Amino acid sequence: MIAPAETDEKRHTGGIMVPLDWYIGLSAVIFMIGMAGFLLRRNILIMLISLELMLNSVNISLVAFSHYLQDLRGQVLVFFTITVAAAEAAIGLAILVSLFRNRSLIHTDEITEMKG
Amino acid sequence: MDKVILIPALPLLAFAVNIIFGRAFIKDRAHWVAIAGVLGSFLISLQTFTEVLAGRTINQDVYSWIVSGHFSVTIGFLVDQLTAVMLIVVTSISLLVHIYSIGYMHGDGGYYRFFSYLSLFTFSMLMLVMGNNLLQLYLGWEAVGLCSYFLIGFWFDKKSASDAGKKAFIVNRFGDFGFGLGVMLIFLTLGSLNYADIFATVGTLQGQTISICGNNVDLITLIALLLFCGAVGKSAQIPLHVWLPDAMEGPTPVSALIHAATMVTAGVFMVARFNPIFNLSEVAMNVVAVTGGVTCLFAATIALVQNDIKRIVAYSTVSQLGYMFLACGVGAYGAGVFHLFTHAYFKALLFLGAGSVMHAMSGELDIQKMGGLRKYMPVTYWTFLIASFSIAGVPGLAGFFSKDEILWLAYNGGPVGRFVWLLGTITAALTAFYSFRIIFLAFHGKFRGTHEQEHHLHESPKSMTIPLIVLAVGAISAGWVGIPAVIGENIGVSNGIAHFFQPVLGHPEVTAGHEEETMVMGISVACAVGGILLAWVMYSLRPGIPLVMGRIFRGSYKILWNKYYVDEFYDLIIVRPFKWISSAILIGFTDGKIIEGIVNGVPAAIAAFGEKLRKLQTGNVQHYALGMALGLFVIITLVFIAAGE
Amino acid sequence: MPAKLFFGYFALAMTVLSLIIVTRKNPVHSVLWMLALFFHIAAVYLFLNAEFLAAVQVILYAGAVLVLFLFVIMMLNIKIEVSADRAIGEWPIGLALVGSILIFALFAVGRLVQGPAGAATIEAVRAETDAKALGMTMYTNYLFPFEIASLILLIAIVGAMVLAKRRQE
Repeated sequence: MIAPAETDEKRHTGGIMVPLDWYIGLSAVIFMIGMAGFLLRRNILIMLISLELMLNSVNISLVAFSHYLQDLRGQVLVFFTITVAAAEAAIGLAILVSLFRNRSLIHTDEITEMKG
Repeated sequence: MDKVILIPALPLLAFAVNIIFGRAFIKDRAHWVAIAGVLGSFLISLQTFTEVLAGRTINQDVYSWIVSGHFSVTIGFLVDQLTAVMLIVVTSISLLVHIYSIGYMHGDGGYYRFFSYLSLFTFSMLMLVMGNNLLQLYLGWEAVGLCSYFLIGFWFDKKSASDAGKKAFIVNRFGDFGFGLGVMLIFLTLGSLNYADIFATVGTLQGQTISICGNNVDLITLIALLLFCGAVGKSAQIPLHVWLPDAMEGPTPVSALIHAATMVTAGVFMVARFNPIFNLSEVAMNVVAVTGGVTCLFAATIALVQNDIKRIVAYSTVSQLGYMFLACGVGAYGAGVFHLFTHAYFKALLFLGAGSVMHAMSGELDIQKMGGLRKYMPVTYWTFLIASFSIAGVPGLAGFFSKDEILWLAYNGGPVGRFVWLLGTITAALTAFYSFRIIFLAFHGKFRGTHEQEHHLHESPKSMTIPLIVLAVGAISAGWVGIPAVIGENIGVSNGIAHFFQPVLGHPEVTAGHEEETMVMGISVACAVGGILLAWVMYSLRPGIPLVMGRIFRGSYKILWNKYYVDEFYDLIIVRPFKWISSAILIGFTDGKIIEGIVNGVPAAIAAFGEKLRKLQTGNVQHYALGMALGLFVIITLVFIAAGE
Repeated sequence: MPAKLFFGYFALAMTVLSLIIVTRKNPVHSVLWMLALFFHIAAVYLFLNAEFLAAVQVILYAGAVLVLFLFVIMMLNIKIEVSADRAIGEWPIGLALVGSILIFALFAVGRLVQGPAGAATIEAVRAETDAKALGMTMYTNYLFPFEIASLILLIAIVGAMVLAKRRQE
């Protein structure tokens, strides 16, 4: 891969002078925060919300790439990601509703039917 | 392809047809199929014999059986003088036994099975004698042993019969082990299993020794002795004779065919066939002669006191086989095979006659319970009498010529020969005695059985008596092909069979003159007559004598009656230890601890491991997610490390 | 310079907002803070010249997904967890893992090497408007995935209905 030259510098900063790395770094931070929430919280709703957080962070990085690499494919992918995320949120919530109706539980460490 | 291939092929075909279709379709008509096969075989054998008589021999490879690197074996046929005579013996006796079995096995549930086994046996024996290489001989060897097992244990729901079948097979195995070693040794040293190659090159092994456990053993002697092991087993010589008397559990036609005329003579055939090897080793020949001679006497002494008619004839067989090996051991292979030829007829006749008697006595075997049977079964009586005269060696009948030839050539065979001649002569007297003991006890005098049995006494059906008559003709005339010069000069006949066998079996040197030959002949005739007379006195004239003698010689009588306790001895030193090894060590330890340990241990270990592994599944989804994060962390670390290098 | 300032604000705000979202006791609070986050993300999209996606983000996420979450919360009538533990028992391990992966990620970001550029320069997109450019690409090159996406939505509808249906006794 080529090291940034002058023209690449301009491209790299996208003319607005915010380096691409910053966007990616931001995306990484939000993703990790989302992951922490997913792994650590007991409430299933919060888990689902953290999932949305993670998906959104990925969207940010995709759009950033699309902008800096001047290729629309990133935006197309974001489009689809949002679609799938919405579908998955719906299903996840439906499962939660069904679970709650049967067991009245929303804490993950109490739902251990599949133990062993 | 020569028509000789049909000789074994026809019985094989008969076997296949009978065993496949016998139960469902053929049933009681099985004898037609079997007899057709054997009859065809016999006719072709006759024709082949006339061809060989005219001087033609056949040595032909028919099918390439095994080809593996340097080792190649074919299915081939060697028909020379020796084989031709064996073919006549095997096919004719087999044919007569087949016919006899129609009457004897009538109504038996396994009728078709019996005939199929008979055909299979005939096939195996023919393959044995017609082979031109050791592997085919071994094939036939094992196959006849197998058929013997099938036929001895034919009535397998009777425990004693199936035990006897097992005993025959296992004891034979001991001999066959040595035989197998001999075959392998031949291949290792000579590089081929073909008779022609072996006989051509065996001379090069003379003087070579092989080192066993530090001792140098002469190679040819070792090969000969190992081959002889097989003969000892198959032909029931000491120490492997124990299976033959027990084999009498099988149907009588089986005893006649297998344990008189054909299978047990395979050992003699083998030794005769391999005479080039044996001739090169004096030690081996002495071993053969002494084994034959000792067995001869040993078995005859046991036969003196037995009461079961078939057992007496069985021990008689062992004894006569001893004569044949005795002959081979002094170099008189031709005489040995000549005796094989005549013995086949009179021994088969004795067995079939005994069968006829059993048939009439509703299965009774004890001669003490018989008596006066000659008025009820004249044909059986006269044929049995002819056979007994023949085996005793009464001049003019078959047994006389062959036995005399052996004794005369043994007399000329050096010190060892003299020794075995002495054994043979004593045995001749004993043979006459016990053979006529049967005659006088079973056929003469008053009937000593029950009233029930007396009612059923009758002559056997034609299918059984006709073979008896044919065999009687053989028992009388089979010896006339071998009239020795001493007599033959006077009537203008030469010793046909000796000349016939000369190219294949050779003839030992005879240094003594005609006077000595006449003297030796006289001694053996005197023994025969003496034996007959003694039996007449003890069992017909003064029937009280045996009882008195039994009381005086109580100790020896007991030993003889118990067959020298050989079976008990084997049981003690072989059977019991093996049973113990089997149950305590093999079952108890190897199977119980080691194999069961593995078989149970491996699943147990897997289950235990599984138990531990199960703990990972907590059911809590976030734990699984943590696992995934951990995995991700590991992968990223690895990528970083890899990228860093 | 102003660009960097703007970006700095948004970055900081989004980080703080996410931290707040994952640490609330009350799910409703979490959801509402998420609304704020979504608006910030839309703003960032505008920054990146993707106005169509900004609009989609607000409409879909803020308008649909969030509302769905709120409906479910209210339907299930979940009480505020006053005394319950918020985090699972093994939270130190998780935190450590996440932290280390974050460090790795930031480390990697610093070494980013950019690939070759495509044809859709900023000017070209601006001239066409983002929506048109996106539409042109999607309905020609990515038509098949587009149809699949609609199928996925159908599955989601059916699935949600089946899963959440009250059993007729």
